[in-house]
Amino acid sequence: MHRPSRRYSRKAASVTPLLLATIIVAALTGAARADDVQGKLGYCKDCHGVAAQGYRGYFPIPRLAGQQPEYLENQLRAFIERRRTNNIMFNVAHALKPSMVSALAADFQALNPPPIGGAPKERVAEGRKIFQDGVPDANIAACAACHGPEATGRGEIPRLAGQLYPYMIKTLVNWGHERGQSPSKPDTSAIMSPVAHSLNKSQIEAVAAYVSYLK
Amino acid sequence: MSRIWKEIAIVVLLSFASTVAAQAETLAVRNCTWCHGNGAQGYSPAPALAGQRSEYIFNQLRAFNLHQRDNPFSKQYMWAAAAHLSPQSAHDLALYFSTLPPRPANDGDRESAAIGQTIYQQGMPDDNIVACVVCHGPNAEGTGPIPRLGGLSYVYLKRRLEQWGQGYHLAAGPPMPDIASRLSSGQVQALASYLSFINGR
Repeated sequence: MHRPSRRYSRKAASVTPLLLATIIVAALTGAARADDVQGKLGYCKDCHGVAAQGYRGYFPIPRLAGQQPEYLENQLRAFIERRRTNNIMFNVAHALKPSMVSALAADFQALNPPPIGGAPKERVAEGRKIFQDGVPDANIAACAACHGPEATGRGEIPRLAGQLYPYMIKTLVNWGHERGQSPSKPDTSAIMSPVAHSLNKSQIEAVAAYVSYLK
Repeated sequence: MSRIWKEIAIVVLLSFASTVAAQAETLAVRNCTWCHGNGAQGYSPAPALAGQRSEYIFNQLRAFNLHQRDNPFSKQYMWAAAAHLSPQSAHDLALYFSTLPPRPANDGDRESAAIGQTIYQQGMPDDNIVACVVCHGPNAEGTGPIPRLGGLSYVYLKRRLEQWGQGYHLAAGPPMPDIASRLSSGQVQALASYLSFINGR
């Protein structure tokens, strides 16, 4: 009765330090350390808001809460590869370890604060129509076709629900100058390019107002 | 003879100018400029108010009134000063000072200003310090409730940045207490120096 358990414990005693060492080495070298991720999350939230709800700074800072992880990861790569022009985010993305990006993206996806609002409510109905039906006369497809009926996005196609009104406007107006800027590396932004180009300023404002209130 | 006439002309002009100034400057404004300086350009330890964002000034007056902005000079001077201001007069004063043209204090250290500029514009991504420019603007002009920092005095900026880390005015909420508390004293001095030289509207 005693022998097997003693043998077992002797074996365990010799295995434990090895196991511990393995865990420590893995923690130090492998996946992003928890405290690193927490520090970096705080850094993201200093600008994007404590619940990643977005923030109206001098420049509008987008909501990341509930965002599709694939979209976030692709955009962070896009900043580094200069497919997407943004000097601030270029620097930010450079300081992220690849192992950390997926942890950050998962955290943002799980957040669900209410939209910050502030868009003109009288434009919402018009925006809803464009979002759901498009503008057939101007060859503009329904936004819902790709972004989903609830504007929650899918894969590399972003969630728009709750996105900041001024950020939506800035992004759509500047599409051709900000996205898809590396001809040798075409990306999903090309799909959006004709739509962004065809929408006029008033239609952009209406759609932006509509999605900014979606939960 | 002609010299006397010149002197008389100057005296007449000066008295005319001061009458105009007196009319423009109400008693309430004068109560502020005793400390905040001529043209509200700041006078140590009181910060410049000229060109400051009206929404920011209004929010600060409210924070003094509610005893939320609780750093020592605020307690000593501004709590009493804001105690009996009605929301309407706070609003009027905020609007008035926001329209005055700001002049930079230019009192920082020229050499460290270059480091301050880099931190302001790019942040320090490896140390999780965000770029100030994103919220405070390319000329540190501020927007809405976010204050203008450009041209404020080195002494004031340095003290305020230090105070965030000392636990004052926590009611203001994120992100400033967190960001400022992680800046080294050298980085605070560099930022305050850079900002003191910014001349922008």
